[in-house]
Amino acid sequence: MTIKTSPDELIGRGARDGGLLFRDWFDSLTRAAQNDEQAAYVFVMGSLHEILLTFDLHTVFPEINSLQTAVRRVSDEYLSLAEDQGFSPDVCGYVKADYALQLRGGEHPMGTIPKPSIAVLTNACNTYLKWGEIWERMYGIPMVTVDVPGTRGMSRGGRGPTREDMERDRRYVEHQLRELIGQLETLTGKTFDIDRLREVLDLTNRMGRAWREVLKLNRSSPAVFDAMMEGTIFLGVANALRGTEAGAKYFEDLVEEMAYKSLHGISPLLDHGVDYGKEHRLIFVGVPCYPIFRRFYQLFSEWGGVFVSSTYLWFASGGLNLDYEYDLSRPLESLAEGVLLGVQRAGDSMLFHDRYLIEAIDEFGADGVVYHPIKSCRTVSTGLADSRRVVLAERDVLCLYIESDMMDKRVVSEAQLKNRIDAFFEGLDSRRIRKARADEAAPASSPA
Amino acid sequence: MAWAAGVDVGSTQTKAVVVDEKGVITGRSLLPTGANVVQAAERAFREALRAGDVHEEDVGFVVGTGYGRYRVEFGDTQITEIVCHARGAAQMFPATETVLDMGGQDTKAIRIRPGGDVIDFCMNDKCAAGTGRFLQSAAAALELELEELGPTALRGQRPVNISTTCTVFAESEVLSWLARGKKIEDILLGVHRSIASRSIALLRRVGIEGEITFTGGVTLNEAMVSVLEDMLHTPLNVSEESHYMGALGAALFALERIQKGRETAAEKEGVA
Repeated sequence: MTIKTSPDELIGRGARDGGLLFRDWFDSLTRAAQNDEQAAYVFVMGSLHEILLTFDLHTVFPEINSLQTAVRRVSDEYLSLAEDQGFSPDVCGYVKADYALQLRGGEHPMGTIPKPSIAVLTNACNTYLKWGEIWERMYGIPMVTVDVPGTRGMSRGGRGPTREDMERDRRYVEHQLRELIGQLETLTGKTFDIDRLREVLDLTNRMGRAWREVLKLNRSSPAVFDAMMEGTIFLGVANALRGTEAGAKYFEDLVEEMAYKSLHGISPLLDHGVDYGKEHRLIFVGVPCYPIFRRFYQLFSEWGGVFVSSTYLWFASGGLNLDYEYDLSRPLESLAEGVLLGVQRAGDSMLFHDRYLIEAIDEFGADGVVYHPIKSCRTVSTGLADSRRVVLAERDVLCLYIESDMMDKRVVSEAQLKNRIDAFFEGLDSRRIRKARADEAAPASSPA
Repeated sequence: MAWAAGVDVGSTQTKAVVVDEKGVITGRSLLPTGANVVQAAERAFREALRAGDVHEEDVGFVVGTGYGRYRVEFGDTQITEIVCHARGAAQMFPATETVLDMGGQDTKAIRIRPGGDVIDFCMNDKCAAGTGRFLQSAAAALELELEELGPTALRGQRPVNISTTCTVFAESEVLSWLARGKKIEDILLGVHRSIASRSIALLRRVGIEGEITFTGGVTLNEAMVSVLEDMLHTPLNVSEESHYMGALGAALFALERIQKGRETAAEKEGVA
């Protein structure tokens, strides 16, 4: 690949541009709220963004709005307001922050969020259904749920869907998409334009190609980005701007930056001012601790820890990580297939991820796996202890199991986290020293 | 001759150990941590020096461990107590593969390799049930000294079921059993079994392999040792030094640093 940009401009461009694009996107939502324009509320898993774009609807991702309240350290205000209304502390923090946001008229640290005109969701998460019902009741809007069949426990030794099952499931999803299109035509007064969908899918294909290339470039040693820190920015752009020229270009530019970093051995630790020597290559399982996001990242980076991959980049990327491209000659049929595969893999990445983790350990040369179950989301936290056991039995890596939350700082204990994280890295350092000694001793003891 | 020292600043007690060049304990001390962590670390260190008849200037390296490890201001480095307990246990009982450390507010299950390298660990999270604090609450409710808990529990024949796993509510549950006419020894035996069952759940999460070494302050409680052995169906490695295992491990790491420093110096001079 030919690098056209100067290194100073290139390094860190993804993080910078991602931040700017994200701010622009929130600004557009604020304008939509001010002008009372129509918006669809969607979720990151199975967002159906492409169809909604063809109707010129603004898309609102309540999960992103909620996590941004935590990153900007105001989630406690939103959670308290929802709990004052009767929500239990154990209910999903994302739901509660969004509910409070609705009560506050869309007031958000990044701007103003428009009210929903429609909610479009899948069954990728149990909570989506009950969450959508809240808006349905609050605003009297239609809620369209696309039922996406799962993989029937394929990863757990079940038979998994056959080719015939998949085609039947694809048709089932396609039929629901056609129903959704009818509802969107009624809502917006616009006629569905299949050619417009073709254009949007083409842009998603471009984004997906670049996204997968970026993920693969993190096989480099040193890694080229941190899957938790920079990865969260990438995920935001991937969701908010999929199917757009700006989104496709962003990821194509990102490939250029990451390829340069890979070629020149530039570690993300240097971007963050850490000079620890050789990195510890880690995989992150779960959702980050957003209430202390930067500090949470530093607890790893100050020991030389870099997340080379994460299940978050798999299940929250709307299927972009899959080696699947939409067939533009049959856009709707192909979109149905993409949604089916994306939602299935998202579910498996949360519930049956041990196989994928073992593959990723090998692919990325990981030394350790960090499991981060969170109090307010059982979907991403269920079975992590079992997964850890399987991974430890099958690969010679260290695993860390730490608990906190993605929204609620009341259950985040930095001292407890630090103690466990420090011990984890002491173990990794000790292994590295032992291995170096064994490597030194090996040539001397082997026969000439 | 250079000595090495480890100072373990725990939530309840601060322990210090001084070892000689062979890693043998020459002095040790134990003090309540209290509110002034820095002072507790200093006092424990000096008492251990006094007990071992060692001069401070002869100590070549000091490692701080425990929750207050960053407050061991005279220390040369800090290492977590998880790794230090593993190192100490491996030194004292070389066949150890599993360590159970039960302290004032933490219980840790640790799987180790021979030599003490940590393979895996897990700890109680957010809740002090299953730790020494639970015993303190029970002692307060029964108006007993901590030292009386073990001997009293050992007289129990029909342990009550302590259903709550919350330290704060332990006191009220103990009182409710008293009100129902249960014997103190049976209540206490139930308390010990409740704590043991939570600790065993932690051990199962890391996998129970080989010899199990029991460390931390609760090792002084003979009823807890007995209940754990009964429920695990295996004897535990326990010694008089088990209470000091974290500080011992820290001292052994300090000793390694001294030796490593000498090797590096020798390499620089071309001796090695």
